[in-house]
Amino acid sequence: MGLLDASFSKHNVVVTSVDNVLNWARLSSLWPMGFGLACCAIEMMATNASNYDLERFGIFPRSSPRQSDLMIVAGTVTMKMAERVVRLYEQMPEPRYVLSMGSCSNCGGPYWEHGYHVLKGVDRVIPVDVYVPGCPPRPESLIGGLMKIQELIRMEQIGLSRADALKRLAEKSVDPQQVIERERRAVRA
Amino acid sequence: MEEGRVVPQSLQQAAAAYEVVREAFGGAISDFDANEFMPFFEVLETEKWPDIALFMRDHPKLKFNYLACLSGVDYPAEEKLGIVCNLESLGVLGHRIAVKVKCARNGGSIPTAAYVWHTANWHEREAFDMFGMQFTGHPDPRRILCPEDWEGFPLRKDYAVQESYHGIKVPY
Repeated sequence: MGLLDASFSKHNVVVTSVDNVLNWARLSSLWPMGFGLACCAIEMMATNASNYDLERFGIFPRSSPRQSDLMIVAGTVTMKMAERVVRLYEQMPEPRYVLSMGSCSNCGGPYWEHGYHVLKGVDRVIPVDVYVPGCPPRPESLIGGLMKIQELIRMEQIGLSRADALKRLAEKSVDPQQVIERERRAVRA
Repeated sequence: MEEGRVVPQSLQQAAAAYEVVREAFGGAISDFDANEFMPFFEVLETEKWPDIALFMRDHPKLKFNYLACLSGVDYPAEEKLGIVCNLESLGVLGHRIAVKVKCARNGGSIPTAAYVWHTANWHEREAFDMFGMQFTGHPDPRRILCPEDWEGFPLRKDYAVQESYHGIKVPY
């Protein structure tokens, strides 16, 4: 986070409170850039629409990279598009987050071997924070990914790099199976 | 054609249309391939292709006013590249036929049909993009899908993808 990073190496009550406020503000109004590249974009649009209603998370798409802090790479990134994606990413103000949605942007998907024109994973050109698997992922998965981004933002502190925040997020990971079992037991009881 | 088999009407119409072209151009085109799925003939003298195309579009008995599709083909065994044009007389006579045109695999060229059917403009660009044959006289002979500086022609049988594009690794 630029100049602020250099000034705060030790955390005290004031700084952590500022962290909390900043993080709360950021995670409650994630504005993704409104662009889609392939069929995943249809699921993204469905997630934005009234059934799944992303606005309840404060998420709604912006038409300009200058106004967005989240990039949802929804769909197949072709070699021709890759450079445009990089340019859009660079136009976004920091702090910015990238969510790679679907198999194509995660790793090339069905085009991994014979798709000469497909970039085999958008992480070859821009840093990705959260990967959402699926072909395409259902809106629930995308919402899960977006909530992961919100968790990541909660891990952030002034003076803490993104890599460290991601590390802290990984340390806090929960085994989903245990949660599922617990919920099942609760329903049966 | 086997004895006693009913020849579909579409095939009869295509054969009749072929005869008209044959009469006008003789040895410049091949014999008629009367299969049921895509009856076609081949243009043997490639440089006559625009004349044949114009003739097929404007002759009162042919009126092929619609180029439904133009596809590129690679024939590595014959050392040739080619195009297949699916023509139809849409709303006039209703008949269909396909025309094949071939050229040499290395540095070959086919005269353009973009001035006969405007549809051919982008289709020929696509065929060039994927197979690499030149279309002489084409109004806009650029690649259409791949980036301008892409190496090689992806749908050729012996195509191998380039290692990197603008510093980005291409293979998995």
